[in-house]
Amino acid sequence: MARGAATAITLPCALLPCQGFPGAPESTRLLQWRKRERKFSLKALHAPITVQIELKPPPYSLNSLEPYMSRETLEYHWGRHHRVYVENLNRQILGTELDGLNLEDIIIMSYNKGDVLPAFNNAAQIWNHEFFWESMKPGGAGKPSGDLLELIERDFGSFERFINEFKSAASTQFGSGWVWLAYKANRLDVGNAVNPCPSEEDKKLVVVKSPNAVNPLVWDYSPLLGIDVWEHAYYLDYQNRRDDYISIFMDHLVSWEVVSSRLEMAKARAVEREREEIRRKIEEEENMVDSEAVEMYLDSESEDSEVE
Amino acid sequence: MAFCCNKTCPANSHLLASDFWRPFKIPKFQYVKKGRFDVSQRASKALAFFGLTTPPYKLDALEPYLSRKMLEMHWGAHHRDYVEGLNEQLKNNDPLYGYTLDELVKVTYNNGNPLPEFNNAIQVWNHDFFWESMQPSGSNMPGEGLLQQIEKDFGSFTNFREKFVDAALTLFGSGWVWLVLKNKEKRLAVVKTSNGINPLLWGDFPIINLDMWEHAYYLDYKDDKGKYVNTFMNNLVSWDAATARMARAEAFVNLGEPKIPVA
Repeated sequence: MARGAATAITLPCALLPCQGFPGAPESTRLLQWRKRERKFSLKALHAPITVQIELKPPPYSLNSLEPYMSRETLEYHWGRHHRVYVENLNRQILGTELDGLNLEDIIIMSYNKGDVLPAFNNAAQIWNHEFFWESMKPGGAGKPSGDLLELIERDFGSFERFINEFKSAASTQFGSGWVWLAYKANRLDVGNAVNPCPSEEDKKLVVVKSPNAVNPLVWDYSPLLGIDVWEHAYYLDYQNRRDDYISIFMDHLVSWEVVSSRLEMAKARAVEREREEIRRKIEEEENMVDSEAVEMYLDSESEDSEVE
Repeated sequence: MAFCCNKTCPANSHLLASDFWRPFKIPKFQYVKKGRFDVSQRASKALAFFGLTTPPYKLDALEPYLSRKMLEMHWGAHHRDYVEGLNEQLKNNDPLYGYTLDELVKVTYNNGNPLPEFNNAIQVWNHDFFWESMQPSGSNMPGEGLLQQIEKDFGSFTNFREKFVDAALTLFGSGWVWLVLKNKEKRLAVVKTSNGINPLLWGDFPIINLDMWEHAYYLDYKDDKGKYVNTFMNNLVSWDAATARMARAEAFVNLGEPKIPVA
């Protein structure tokens, strides 16, 4: 996140010095405040209070996706739309409890289980667009390989069928939104329950579409590939021909290397989570066994004394 | 507004008709869904149920505010696609045959559980309404009667205008902004809706609307929504159309003292 060609900081400079200083009294207050947010990433503990969300540039120059996506489109799409989301979010979260969290935490918190807070739209759109730029590369596409191709063939039948499903979902998303290839690891949503039949099938690839700013993070899926089907993404180059845009995206722009690496991270995350759940379950069982033993001991003692 | 080319009839009669027709399938007239002989001759090759209504002005008449290219795309491609998509869907859906567009949108909305035809149907309705909500060199003030109602319900025309622009700028994603006459509250209000949703669906009366889907302004205004909305309010909105719609709506909503139209 440290790279930033054009950071948008619109605040008056007076605010920054006193809040960003890691002096002693400041940091204890910080730590106490942050204890509440412990369930979120550890990064937040070490971040200064006013970490502004940055406008991250795409990992290639704005004209390098030509002729499939013009420089003009990128100048508007990244330079205006994405930039405005960043500026608006920074303004919205300033001084609130969302200030200083990293982007994914802001998204989950402001999603608020569907009853979205105002920051959600901006935060999610920033994340979505960063994800989108990184999903493409000049001279991209071709075919995936290795684990990714295996999983695609397992879960969709064949690469062609996956492509058709993805294109069809993107074509039929009505209104603004996104279409994703995501890795989902099924888990039961019950406190101390464990999936009774865990298998490779529970961890599968799916194509999902989402409206406006929603993304698969809020459903606890791991996005691997995303395409922006808001009209601003393709209007200058393709006008209403959304299908052409989608085809060209799949045929010439997708970076399968990035998708593969995201898949590896997603799989690792899923494995890590499973381990943690098993660990937690064992802990809980141990605690329960201990407390029951204590109670039984006390009861039998009191009965003995009454008998006497 | 577009009507379908056959006469309308009470909602359940075409169900009876198709029951009657089933044993008598004649391939040559497969597109004639109703079993009414007087209609079948004329409609034997009917493939279109709804037509693409043209705006009441030439495509370059809204320049320099909305370019001809913009309208060719918006009307000629998007609006046309909705119409053709709808007709394609209706071809395979007997029970929906015979409704007027007003009825069709309500039926396909299905009280919030929309049928597949809904998106196309509602967008056809919305766009028909939109072209008529604008006029070349639109006046920027409504006539006295409507103005009085606006001032009564919003405090002032400026306040209404602010509310309208604000609704347009805070709408996230695709959607529309409306000036409606609310049925229950018996007053005018500004409403913003997502995707294709239309206040007609819950019984209110649209007076004007503004398309805030990106395709409506992107070619001319790119991401500058503010300029687009202000241009619409200053130069394009047709208060004549609004007045006419208001008069019609007042036949359904009692706003108090009978209004003698003021010229």
